[in-house]
Amino acid sequence: MTVSEKIVSDLVANDVQFATTVPCKQLGTVIDLIEENKSIHHVPCNKEDEGMGLAAGAWMGGKRPCIIMQNTAIGVTVNTLVTLTQYYRMPLPMLISYRGELGEPVACQVEMAVHTKGLLEQLKIPAFHFHNPDDVGELDDILKYTFMCNKPVAILTDASFWQGY
Amino acid sequence: MIRSEVIKSLVPVLADQLVVCNIGLPSQELHLLDDRDTNFYMLGTMGLSSSIGLGVALAQDKTVISIDGDGSVLTNLGTLPTIANNVADNYILLIIDNGSYGSTGDQPTYAGKKTSLTKVAEACGCENVIECQAEDAPEVLQKAIDSKKMTVIVCKCESGNIKVPVITMDPVVIKDRFMKAIAS
Repeated sequence: MTVSEKIVSDLVANDVQFATTVPCKQLGTVIDLIEENKSIHHVPCNKEDEGMGLAAGAWMGGKRPCIIMQNTAIGVTVNTLVTLTQYYRMPLPMLISYRGELGEPVACQVEMAVHTKGLLEQLKIPAFHFHNPDDVGELDDILKYTFMCNKPVAILTDASFWQGY
Repeated sequence: MIRSEVIKSLVPVLADQLVVCNIGLPSQELHLLDDRDTNFYMLGTMGLSSSIGLGVALAQDKTVISIDGDGSVLTNLGTLPTIANNVADNYILLIIDNGSYGSTGDQPTYAGKKTSLTKVAEACGCENVIECQAEDAPEVLQKAIDSKKMTVIVCKCESGNIKVPVITMDPVVIKDRFMKAIAS
């Protein structure tokens, strides 16, 4: 089973039935598998805060949501995370491509990477960093933890985890 | 008619429907006029009423009405293509378009100038887009509910505000009772 297959398998096993995504090269296979999967309703969004609104609605409508995005989105969504997801106490697993780490070819990505963990810490968002492919073994527990505590939770997946770009 | 009068005229139509209401004065007005478990009041996050409502509609079968404003739709303009391409026939987006940012003091929006949200929604691919005058809003909304087709209503009205108290209800209470109303 590839890491992408394992990720989608864990989402399904944890009853995640709604996924909203923005495009990402590293998470592309996961997004494709979600699109193909009949038990997950996939709604691509145009911006990550819009996606968090969709996810909040899906949660209140009875479906466990997740969002798939890049770490730049943490900068975009601070207000939404604080005044919607956290303020109303809603669970939201955030599967994040952690651009700007070792192996990164695009210098500008590093500029947001250096702020990513600091922002998550400031927002008191639990964050888990997947660096080795084996780290995917924690995803099942992270999803259970997210829906136990009703918080947004970040899963940062870097280039080493994905074995390069 | 100003927005508060439009909302007042809509109360009988909105009763017992699931309503996601825009941040600021629209939520405060609806809360004052007809507070119900079936109302979800946005206390923060300008622009996401349409997205939250669409999410609720896609996740379950009951009719959902998002009450939004022209300024808020402009803030989250990407919502209209998402709505158009993810058709939920139990979803209605009601944009109360007074051409101004009411909650911040009636500064003009571009929707009150050259930009037509009706045409924008159509250009985004929304199929049932109805522009109406404030006086016709209850009838147009009731027809949209009865049609069981996803509908975007752009209700034109005058700008202006009444004094209403802020919502002091805890957000978790708002969410919890809304979720129970959905599940019931």
